Amino acid sequence: MKRVYVNEKWCLGCHLCEYYCAFANSGQKDMVKALKDIVINPRIRIEGDNFISFAVSCRHCEEPLCVKGCITGALTRENGVITVDKNKCVGCYTCILSCPYGAVMPSDDGVIQKCELCTKNLDGVPACVTGCPNRAIVYEER
Amino acid sequence: MKYLIIGNSAAAVGCVEGIRQVDKEGGITIVATEPHHVYSRPLISYLILGRTDEQRMKYRGDDFYEKNGVRTFLGRTVTKIDPDGKKVSLDDGTSLAYDKLLVATGSKPFVPPAEGLDQVEKTFTFMTLDSAKALAAALTKESRVLIVGAGLIGLKCAEGITGKVASIDVVDMAGRILPSILDEHGSAMVMEHIQKQGIRFHLSTSVARFKEGVAFLKNGEELPFDILVMAVGVRPNTELVRDAGGEVGRGIVTDETCRTTLPDIYAAGDCTECWDVAAGQRRVLALLPNAYMQGETAGIDMAGGEKKYNKAIPMNAIGFWGLHIVTAGSYDGEAYVDEKPGAYKKLVTKDGLLKGYILIGDVARAGIYTSMIRERTDLDTVDFELLKQKPQLMAFRRSDRAKMLGGAH
Repeated sequence: MKRVYVNEKWCLGCHLCEYYCAFANSGQKDMVKALKDIVINPRIRIEGDNFISFAVSCRHCEEPLCVKGCITGALTRENGVITVDKNKCVGCYTCILSCPYGAVMPSDDGVIQKCELCTKNLDGVPACVTGCPNRAIVYEER
Repeated sequence: MKYLIIGNSAAAVGCVEGIRQVDKEGGITIVATEPHHVYSRPLISYLILGRTDEQRMKYRGDDFYEKNGVRTFLGRTVTKIDPDGKKVSLDDGTSLAYDKLLVATGSKPFVPPAEGLDQVEKTFTFMTLDSAKALAAALTKESRVLIVGAGLIGLKCAEGITGKVASIDVVDMAGRILPSILDEHGSAMVMEHIQKQGIRFHLSTSVARFKEGVAFLKNGEELPFDILVMAVGVRPNTELVRDAGGEVGRGIVTDETCRTTLPDIYAAGDCTECWDVAAGQRRVLALLPNAYMQGETAGIDMAGGEKKYNKAIPMNAIGFWGLHIVTAGSYDGEAYVDEKPGAYKKLVTKDGLLKGYILIGDVARAGIYTSMIRERTDLDTVDFELLKQKPQLMAFRRSDRAKMLGGAH
């Protein structure tokens, strides 16, 4: 299946992917309105220092410890995409305890959030990929 | 192939889903004492709190059994396993045959004897949906509640009923709360937070006797109460396997494929003990994620597939009144400690490996630490100074990171 991959060599550490992610998942149509005066809480995060940077988001594992460990059944994997049912999630953070990549995080509404490959928002294709100015983030089959 | 599962919680679901990864056809039967559709046991405190409801706390959807071709006998109890005849007896006198059997019988509350306990009218445990609903139905705004046990169950119960009752007192023989998952500093920090919610603790003591609505503690205190919750601990339900001649320690003894010592009989979940890779010893790890993964491993192995359950460690993610705690592994080793207002971090290393950790308050990306314990990551291959600051993939070698982030896992 297609996944989001980052090429560390090309990542500039510009953090634009984080903004595109936050915008795509805001449910709003206007980027300025969506992001003005807020601290973004994106599902993709840049890590790095002055020399190296790279984006980290859900790997959509074939052996997903977050899904297997989820105490409520809120996390599921269907057609390879791992999504969260925020209605079932109680925010116990067992998935945060489980994810080897640190790619699950608390959401602003008291439960958890993670990259769902933009399958649930208006974009339909990963916004971090389309927004990356240096094509360091790709969406492809490997 | 006829698969039979005794139990209907996380391990049973793991087993069904494990079987169906390999075998789409074989008949699966579930027998369980509780008459309910599979629900998430740890959510009973959230149910009382109003943070979930009976529909949302179902661990799998309403179509789970039908979709997976599972026949259920809910509200029925298995009374005996006949490993030679490969069948089990039920409490209604009938029997069911199996080719492969999973024992996922869970655990039961341990209620220590105490003088006068049998005279206490409103005594509850806090483990099943029915026990939680019975407790909730008994509570009033005037209730003075006494909880015996300051572990995960007792304190989750306290959180669940807070605001619904007049007072909550918690008694524990241990000198600190949550001793199974926290160190002394962590216990003190979480206790202070819980005390601010109005919960009163009585530690290093126990109830000597109950008489006419009063608990007389060994330290001389007298606590009047209306409702008693016994949350001292749990014991694995091992009797069926023991009576059938299988090896039982503290829990049912299982191997890496979750087989018991009896042929074609597997066990998974809270009723078992297994190898803890962090502590390097056999232990009962009564935790939902482990139960699911054991059940899944058993199911795959039963159906002829290959799977090993060999990275088990204790691990807990739990929150109390908004304060999040994530812990994993063993605390035996050299500790790195970082204390900040509202946050606590402890990383424990031994033999060049990360063995365990405690995070309170700031739990972001804790799974990076958990993975290092499970995978026994050689600390010589990571920048541990960076990891002390926070869990991050920057701490790994570029080549390792390329593997982690570059492919499918």
